[in-house]
Amino acid sequence: MTDATQQRTAPATEVIPPRRTVLGWAAFAFLAVSQLIAVRLSPPDRDMGHLQKIMYVHVPAAWSSLIAVVVVAATSSVLYLWKREEKYDLLAASAAEVGVVLMSLTIILGSIWGRPTWGTWWAWDARLTSMAVLLLIFIGYLALRAATDDEDRRARWSAAVAILGAINAYVVYMSVRWWRTLHQIQSSPATVDPAYVIGLRLNAIAFLLLMIYFVSERYRTARLERATERALEDQALSRRGGGEGGGGGK
Amino acid sequence: MCGHDILRESAAIRSVVALSGQGAGIYDDLTVSENVVFAMRMSGLAVDPAQLRSVIDEVGLGAERDERARHLSAGMRRRIVLAQIRLRPLRLLLLDEPYTSFDDEGVAYVNGVIRSMRERGGSAVIVTHDADRVREVADRTLRLDSGLIDGAEPPGTDALPGRPPHLRLTSHA
Amino acid sequence: MPDVVWRRELGRVLAVARKDLAIERRSKATLNAVIFFAALTLLLFGFALGADTSAMRDAAAGVLWLTVLFSGVLVFNRSYQLELEAQSLESLLLYPGERRAIFLGKLLANLAIVFVVEVVTVPAAGILYQVPFWPHLIPLIGVLLLGSIGFVGLGTFYAAIASRVRSREVLLPLLLFPMLVPVLIAAVEATTAILAGDPMGNSGAWVRLLAAFDAIFLVAAFFAFEYVIGD
Repeated sequence: MTDATQQRTAPATEVIPPRRTVLGWAAFAFLAVSQLIAVRLSPPDRDMGHLQKIMYVHVPAAWSSLIAVVVVAATSSVLYLWKREEKYDLLAASAAEVGVVLMSLTIILGSIWGRPTWGTWWAWDARLTSMAVLLLIFIGYLALRAATDDEDRRARWSAAVAILGAINAYVVYMSVRWWRTLHQIQSSPATVDPAYVIGLRLNAIAFLLLMIYFVSERYRTARLERATERALEDQALSRRGGGEGGGGGK
Repeated sequence: MCGHDILRESAAIRSVVALSGQGAGIYDDLTVSENVVFAMRMSGLAVDPAQLRSVIDEVGLGAERDERARHLSAGMRRRIVLAQIRLRPLRLLLLDEPYTSFDDEGVAYVNGVIRSMRERGGSAVIVTHDADRVREVADRTLRLDSGLIDGAEPPGTDALPGRPPHLRLTSHA
Repeated sequence: MPDVVWRRELGRVLAVARKDLAIERRSKATLNAVIFFAALTLLLFGFALGADTSAMRDAAAGVLWLTVLFSGVLVFNRSYQLELEAQSLESLLLYPGERRAIFLGKLLANLAIVFVVEVVTVPAAGILYQVPFWPHLIPLIGVLLLGSIGFVGLGTFYAAIASRVRSREVLLPLLLFPMLVPVLIAAVEATTAILAGDPMGNSGAWVRLLAAFDAIFLVAAFFAFEYVIGD
């Protein structure tokens, strides 16, 4: 069986991906339109009034954060461990970062929504609470990456952390939900009225596009960073040894 | 390496390689015996108490058999590693400054281990600054000077002047 | 896996476990400190909760498990620390066979140590928080076992990473504790139910959750260990 740690990571040698300017403009435009449609076309909720409109950002942010983290980051991590190509590691890290931002946004908006609704800033709602746990898992992921200098170790270790974290996402949610029903704390917001579905769906797509745009820009930056680091290393080595740098092969 | 592919069959390779570096993996809180037994168990070997005693005596640690490694000198700790190497069926040794902390008797033992490895068909790659001591067991010598391999000593040497150091291990009888 | 190989791997697992435990027994470095820390934590929680006996009794299961988590986490980094001090990680990795045997061996050793801590902590909590644990001993031991396996399994795994990185004292809890949320919830709920005589038969569901968690993450950590332990 392959010795997982003897393989070095294959550096990303393909061309740096281009800026996705068109995607960016399209995503923001789509978001603006979707928000407009959602806000203007949906009537004020009978209980919550205009506060309900916060759902058009809170819910899509939640969904796209989960996709960023559980789908993109975890899958990319699996691909990294399988193929040992640097680009998968960078993609996973980019997705995790964007996911952390989106999760934070989700939680803050959820809390803001909760204050007038439940009377408190935090009511241990199952979804918000489990999202907070998932957020902490991926903050740990980022902290680990920051604390590890060796790229190979950083890639392998954070991949393992991302995969285990993603596996736990559902388990955490289920246990928090059971825990809450047992203690019968205040219930979650009711399922969405059909009148709001169109607005939600449009904004969900908009946020998905935005998430993809941010992840790809972050990925591009990461690729640029690595390429620069490598160029500097090569330069330093060649200045020392006369001829190509590089150590022994085996 | 040794007939196996490094990446895919590394488990097979690991049964034939040992590394003797600075710290060399001796646990301070275990006795000499326990350290050797641990190495044997980790190598999947059955522990024969008689053989264990005799090898520990051979490396000159008979009296310290039940002493914790913490109380031993650096030279004695390296002898523990020698005992471990002696008891495992290895085919390739990678030794980093193996003569450090050894008196003449210890050096003779190290060279003895290297020779018996060769007799069994194995090899040793030794990194040392001690050219005299290694001379008697070395088939080939590569001298490293400022990052380049340039020295040559009889018999056949793989001298590659001016090229960056590149180690290629090929199997030989 | 053929029988001979399986037995050899088991031998390697036990060799690592015995070595870790022998070193712990001789140096007594960790165990004493962890036990005293656990006792201290119980006291501090007591002060924090106030002198109200019924509040303490209600919170007892939660305090107990938090104490186990906070003191147990001190055990895991040390398990790799001793390899770093002996500079033996490289040699350990070079022995023939599955490197995951190292994971299982350390897991067993850490589990034994955490158990010893629990044997002291549970009665202490029972006394300090006036909770009768003795009548419910068997089911309690079951919950402790299942909860500890998940805790120690993930702890041993993440410590392989955290122990080799700067700010390891902070990084291990940061990586480990969010992952343990299901264990904490399930263990505390099950323990609370058991200590109250389990009037509603809740504990079964939580115990099953613990067992499922243990199964999932022991397998996941076992497979991931190969990628994590190397250089």
